[in-house]
Amino acid sequence: MLEIKNLSKIYDNTVLALDDVSFEVPQGQFLAVVGLSGSGKSTLLRCINRLIEPTGGQIIWDGVDVTAALPEDLRRIRRRIGMIFQHFNLVQRSPVMTNVLSGRLGYTNPFWSLINRFPKDDVAMALRQLERVGLEEKAYTRADELSGGQQQRVGIARALMQEPAIMLADEPVASLDPVLAHSIMQYLEKLKEENITVICSLHFLDLVQRYADRAVALKDGKVVFDGHPSEIDDKRFEEIYGEEAQRIG
Amino acid sequence: MNEKEKSSSSILRTLGKIALIVAIVIVYAYGLQVTKVDLEKPQEGKRQQQLTNILRGLANPDLFEWKIDRVVAEAPVLIPCDGQTLAAPAPVEGQPTITLSTYCAEPGETITVSGFGWARNEDVFLFFIPYTADKDNEVALKLLDDRVVTDNQGNFTVEAELKNDRLSDKPATIRAVANRKTGMPGPSEALKQTWEKIIETVFLALIATTFGIFLAVPFSFLAARNLMIDVNSTFVKFMASLAVVPIGGYLGYIIFKSLTDLGRSFTGGGEASASALLWSVLPVLGFAVLKGSADGGSKLFATLRRVIISAVITVVVVLALAALANVGRGTGTDLKIETGLTGVIGNFILILSDAILLGMPVLGFVIGFFLISSMAGSVTEMVEDRASEGVVRIVAIVLAAIAGMLWFGVITAVLNWLYQFGDLRYVIIAPAVIGAVLLTGIAIASNPHRIIPTGMFIYYIVRTIMNIFRSIEPLVMVVAFAVWVGIGPFAGVMALGLHTIVALGKLYSEQVENIAVGPIEAVTATGANRLQMIIYAVMPQIVPPYIAFTLYRWDINVRMSTIIGFGGGGGIGFLLSQNINLLKYRQASVNMIAIAIVVASLDYLSAKVREKIT
Repeated sequence: MLEIKNLSKIYDNTVLALDDVSFEVPQGQFLAVVGLSGSGKSTLLRCINRLIEPTGGQIIWDGVDVTAALPEDLRRIRRRIGMIFQHFNLVQRSPVMTNVLSGRLGYTNPFWSLINRFPKDDVAMALRQLERVGLEEKAYTRADELSGGQQQRVGIARALMQEPAIMLADEPVASLDPVLAHSIMQYLEKLKEENITVICSLHFLDLVQRYADRAVALKDGKVVFDGHPSEIDDKRFEEIYGEEAQRIG
Repeated sequence: MNEKEKSSSSILRTLGKIALIVAIVIVYAYGLQVTKVDLEKPQEGKRQQQLTNILRGLANPDLFEWKIDRVVAEAPVLIPCDGQTLAAPAPVEGQPTITLSTYCAEPGETITVSGFGWARNEDVFLFFIPYTADKDNEVALKLLDDRVVTDNQGNFTVEAELKNDRLSDKPATIRAVANRKTGMPGPSEALKQTWEKIIETVFLALIATTFGIFLAVPFSFLAARNLMIDVNSTFVKFMASLAVVPIGGYLGYIIFKSLTDLGRSFTGGGEASASALLWSVLPVLGFAVLKGSADGGSKLFATLRRVIISAVITVVVVLALAALANVGRGTGTDLKIETGLTGVIGNFILILSDAILLGMPVLGFVIGFFLISSMAGSVTEMVEDRASEGVVRIVAIVLAAIAGMLWFGVITAVLNWLYQFGDLRYVIIAPAVIGAVLLTGIAIASNPHRIIPTGMFIYYIVRTIMNIFRSIEPLVMVVAFAVWVGIGPFAGVMALGLHTIVALGKLYSEQVENIAVGPIEAVTATGANRLQMIIYAVMPQIVPPYIAFTLYRWDINVRMSTIIGFGGGGGIGFLLSQNINLLKYRQASVNMIAIAIVVASLDYLSAKVREKIT
């Protein structure tokens, strides 16, 4: 159970990105976060693993206050929270294998990882994860030689190396074409079988309605909708996206 | 706006323009005066002659020289004439000869000298050699000021006036000499010297660049805004670090220095070795006990065990390295006197050993500095987390007082070393008290949990230091180093190395600032620590530009090392400045050609390599 309590984030003392956001996510739920660009979706996801420090409120995960964790404890929390990104965020010049193994850094002995040594088990696990996303043949290819869809699959494999309990996905398909988008979403959907919570920000409502168990909509940093995706009708849509918005897809 | 206003504003504008033109004229007039531009000086005949000499010298580089064969022909002459008649010398087949119009002449008489069988269009010099019994000490006087050029048949005829002095009743000699180039041309002395020095120059640049890289890399991280901006700590944590780092650094220095000395005494021979060996058994024994002790137990015990094991490993490594370096010093000194490769390797071993022995205490300082800083950080974090607000406040004030005292003390000690105010024991008291009071005041006034941008502090300090040193040209720095370590390439290496550290540090840090943030975010999100993040997300992105900038810098260093000799830094510049000062322009020309070739080819090479890797 992940509890978000009265979370707020103010950038540079002026820009209010999150305004008193509260909701709870039970373990294993596929939660979609929707809203316009700039509505605070990315900030919300990054506050959960504290890539961005919230200015107020709390995040409690299984009784542990994430917002108050000291650096060492925070690292231990982070390694159970996988994250994938809109722009994949792979190290372009490194081989796929190194990118995937870097998902294991929170677990490895810092000394050995400094000289690029990983335990045998980790290497075997990395190969398994690559197999899972269908890229075992690309293990020793440089990341920048892969297509967008392949890069995102490497991103998923890297996140899965963390053996996560929560997967944060920040617009995972916004840089991909619709066909690839579905293939990536299916990988995320499968995580439910392992009881992994998925918190995914999405632009396209049809993807939300097809994959998500629940949707939370943000507007100007406030929660304006929280419910089943099918409840988002035209009226709700206007509330979330503004009156001038046209529904596409 | 009416017509009148319009015209008055246009007059104003015109006046403004005129004023601007007058101002520009004045600036340039003054500039010409200050720079002593004088168009008449270059036209003076004497100066034009000097310029001609230089240009002719430069246009005729002293690259090659021939072996010179000296061809000589002689004829006797008696002055004054006492009636004797000397015989003309008998011509030898295949050898040039000279004949005189008379072999018995009065002082001041003009005689005709004829030459036969010389080479065509050859330069022949005529000398008058007064009689002397001792052939080794003969004096050759010029018979004619100018050379004589033979005709197409290899003959010449010339009139020469005999001098009034040097009279004798023994025959004097008229000698004709031609210097003939024989065989193939070989490299001149100047070329050989230039070759030797240009090699020195290229290596000077290489060594300086290599030294520079080692320190430029860590500095570049400290001077990269994007890495430092999110290094923050609370006020109390910052004060804790400030208060303990001087102590930690000092302790680290002392411990590593003692360990190095102990390690050296292993290989020192005699009693010292025996006692040192005995001492060294202790850590090994402790290590064995720990290694043997069962795994598990409490978390504290596990941590303690890990700390002790790392400490023991560090001690053993330092001891072993120091012992090894001491052996290396001995071996290096012995081998150094050998010739050839053995000597070079010996010198290398000696330098490496000295570097280890000198570097160990410095390493100790750095380790102590960071270790104690991180320890203090963890402890204060715990205190902040658990203790009451009042306790945290008191801790902050106490730590601030200690920090103020220590830092003001340290800074005063440095200033005192520079300015010699007086006895350090007395002059340090007032600043230390002022520092303690000042920081206590700040601590009382501020919230102990306030976030202090420590990273940006370090960033600005490192940037400032780099900017200051970067603005001093290596040619100026080398003067100081030449005083310290003597004139020669070592001074050049130090000056160029120092400049390379700061210049590359700046270039590198800009590359770090330009990297993509996505991978950093992603690797941080996996729970990696800061160092792992740098290794996995930053390093792969910066290695190619680092290599490119290193090559670029080597290129610059080669160019700079060609002139660093003007300041006493060795290399070809030293030779060039000597040649210029001695007016040996033909030799200087050789040096300049060598510089041009080396600079141009390295320029090309580094451009090619940079093209390849980026």
